[in-house]
Amino acid sequence: MQLLWEGLKQSILLLFSGDPEVLQITLLSLQVSGLATAISLGLGLPIGSLLALGSFPTRRFWISLVNTGMALPPVVVGLVVSIFLWRSGPLGDLNWIYTTTAMVLAQVIIAAPVVTGLTVSALQQLDPRLRQQLLGLGASRLQMVLALWREARLPLLAALMAAFGSVISEIGASMMVGGNIRYHTRVLTTAIATATSQGDFALALALSALLLLMAYLINLTLTWIQQRNVRRG
Amino acid sequence: MVAVLEIRDLLVSRGKRPVLQVAQLDILEKEILAIIGPNGTGKSTLLLVLSRLIKAERGQILYRGKIMQSSSDLAYRRKIGLVLQDPLLLDVSVFDNVASGLRFRGLANRLVAPQVNLWLERLGIAGLAKRPARSLSGGEAQRVSLARALALDPDVLLLDEPFSALDAPTRARLLDDFHGLIRSINITTVFVTHDMDEALLLGDRVAVMLDGHLAQVGTPAQVFNAPTDPDIARFVGVETVVAGRVISCQPGMALVEAGRFKFEAVGEIAAGRPVYICLRPEDITLWALPVEQTSSVRNQLTGRLVKLTPQGPLMRVVLDCGFPLVALITRTSANEMGLATGQEIAASFKASAVHLIAR
Amino acid sequence: MSANKMFFKIITVIVFMAMVLSACTPAATATLAAATSVPATSVPATSVPATVPPAPANTVAVPATATLAAATATPAAATATAVPATPTVTGTKPTSTAVTRTDNELILSTTTSTRDTGLLDVLLPIFETQCGCTVKMIAVGTGAALQMGMDGNADVLLVHAPASELTYMAKGFGQERLLVMHNDFVILGPTSDPAKIKGIKSPAEAFKKIADAKATFVSRGDNSGTNQAELAIWKLAGVTPTKDDAWYLQTGSAMGDTLNVANQKQAYTLSDRGTYLAYKANLQLDVLVQGDPSLLNIYHVITVNPAKWPKVNIKLAKEFADFMVSADTQKVIAAFGIDKYGQPLFFPDAGKKDSDVGK
Repeated sequence: MQLLWEGLKQSILLLFSGDPEVLQITLLSLQVSGLATAISLGLGLPIGSLLALGSFPTRRFWISLVNTGMALPPVVVGLVVSIFLWRSGPLGDLNWIYTTTAMVLAQVIIAAPVVTGLTVSALQQLDPRLRQQLLGLGASRLQMVLALWREARLPLLAALMAAFGSVISEIGASMMVGGNIRYHTRVLTTAIATATSQGDFALALALSALLLLMAYLINLTLTWIQQRNVRRG
Repeated sequence: MVAVLEIRDLLVSRGKRPVLQVAQLDILEKEILAIIGPNGTGKSTLLLVLSRLIKAERGQILYRGKIMQSSSDLAYRRKIGLVLQDPLLLDVSVFDNVASGLRFRGLANRLVAPQVNLWLERLGIAGLAKRPARSLSGGEAQRVSLARALALDPDVLLLDEPFSALDAPTRARLLDDFHGLIRSINITTVFVTHDMDEALLLGDRVAVMLDGHLAQVGTPAQVFNAPTDPDIARFVGVETVVAGRVISCQPGMALVEAGRFKFEAVGEIAAGRPVYICLRPEDITLWALPVEQTSSVRNQLTGRLVKLTPQGPLMRVVLDCGFPLVALITRTSANEMGLATGQEIAASFKASAVHLIAR
Repeated sequence: MSANKMFFKIITVIVFMAMVLSACTPAATATLAAATSVPATSVPATSVPATVPPAPANTVAVPATATLAAATATPAAATATAVPATPTVTGTKPTSTAVTRTDNELILSTTTSTRDTGLLDVLLPIFETQCGCTVKMIAVGTGAALQMGMDGNADVLLVHAPASELTYMAKGFGQERLLVMHNDFVILGPTSDPAKIKGIKSPAEAFKKIADAKATFVSRGDNSGTNQAELAIWKLAGVTPTKDDAWYLQTGSAMGDTLNVANQKQAYTLSDRGTYLAYKANLQLDVLVQGDPSLLNIYHVITVNPAKWPKVNIKLAKEFADFMVSADTQKVIAAFGIDKYGQPLFFPDAGKKDSDVGK
């Protein structure tokens, strides 16, 4: 109990003292996970729409692949990406290992299937005749897809939150491909791990509180946007 | 009359099964064509083919003389307006729903608003403009769907059973409003329905579809009173269809025989030919026995009353005259006559009420 | 019906795999963690049994729970059961909160570097046979290891951070502190050696050259024993790397991870020889500076003070400390690593004075 209390005290101090290193770590967390989520959205929405609305022979296979991808363990993703990015690996010449670029890459691999899978289910919930009606009103294929995205905006926002949640809180991939290098690739999750392994549990709790607070605020915003659109009655 | 749409040699299949086969159908400029038929007969398929939303296995559709191709589909679909059986509105306000088709066409915002407001007004829903579409009743939603299509000032208006998902009083009201509207705007319209009354009320021409085929195309009067086929006849409400034979024929009049009765009918079919004798139930008058002879009624028969079914303010009476004869009289008359099953009743009808179909 | 069957099949497969994995994983990590109490006669848990869980002699259980029982600590009864130690993955998940103990259990807190050398995998089984007890080895970062002692979560510590240890003793958390052994640190770097430090005798001089050349240097940055030694050398060199020095990278991680980073970046780093030898096969880094007295890495065993924490198993802790400095154990230490690496990893020092180490 003493520990939790210490941690709470220290986290409040940390948050209000504006410790520059903590700020830098928090910002980096947001940047890496934010960018990864954005890229995943850019990949997942179109691909998910294609899978949900299209009709081609291997469709079911790809959808089941995406659904499996939603459950990829981050540490496994980190391992595989590392193997590719190591100097001994096929992409070694890119020199991406232990950089934020590698972290974004790994997080995109984690988050993109989440966005894709949830987009597929969001669009499949819509009335299939709505597509016909929209086309019959003169919508081009692109206009139709955009209209369907707007129709499914509630579950799509949920997909966004799920994707962000999955990467802001992951440590396995960030640790492996980022290397947790201070000032360069250290994010909140890896910093918590470091603090813990050094026995500085109060700091670890403080950083944890910060991470939870940040994740909460972001999801609060997105939930507010989502719930504004909920039909009443 | 210019044909706006022409269908040639059309075949639509689902898997191996053909669901729609139309050799030829022209839809004329500014006409309202009603396509009727029982459920599952391919009417909606035909409409979706006309919207270029379903591709045919074989055949062509011409729009204003040009064969339609995939490359021109989007341009064509921006010339039509489509209303389906369910309103299928978007999860936005009523205004935005009605504006959606216009916005798809890239119309400037300042031009969209007056057009939308005009049609909200005409469909009687101007007050609902800001309401979220999800909160509307069935009738209101369908009005929005209609406004959405009409606001496009389409070249062709396509409607797939737009009123069948509504309850009877709502349907009646909407039909009434729509009827006035559609007659005044003069747009080529194709609408699909399984309700004969709608077709009669709204259509300039009626096309009857049975089993994926076009059975008969003509004016409502033609289809209604002179069906070319016993199946069509039954569908349009000719409840008495009897197999018989022409005994003799004179100009304008034929004598036909059915069972133990002989009738005079208006029509010209050669003597000796087998025919179907068609009688609408409303054209039959019933008499209690014994009967007095009255003027222009040339045809009389008698039969035993086998079934009495109330139908709203009317009474449906089925007589067994050697064949089933169905009559429709008012409840009042039925009560006055004291009709009951098992009675022997006389029935009569004018020669002009008899319709003959060659067998 | 077939959809339901599929569903249940899938669930069954998942549950089965989960059971198999929970049987495998602790056994697999047990081979890494190397703190299993294995009485000579029972089935060694270190062999990875894919489907056969190590049979605890005295648990009567349904197969599912037997699998789980292999994964969780069972109170040691007369027959020792195979208990895999809770491992840590490169210092990310230490157990710091209350650990359950019984009279026959010793909780040893040590560092990841020590564990990674594999020495304890050899020594602990010998000790367990001798004391007839179970040793739970928890390997964490130096800071956390000492913290465990301060929180009373360990009975005995085996660490190698003299500066921190003295602070620890001064605070009264340790009862006895005994010198056990030493190995040394080496300065590693790429074969290309851009800062040209190869063969330099003084580590401080080498560090100065690295700083001047702004050559990439990877530090553990985790206040571990190794890190403290490194910082001491920087101090001697008169250099204090700040966060603006982009060539100085701090991983905050264990030695193994730090070596990986240094390898990938082809950078300089300070490592203990033991870990270096263990990882050598995968590294493309050479030993550039070695042998100086300031590069000594000295290990002490510290028993946690029962005056501070009455629940400490002081009897077993003392036994362990005595074991580590006993002549036989010191012989084992001296021989460790020769067969694998051609050179010993450690040099036994029991009984010497701290100042005499390395002479």
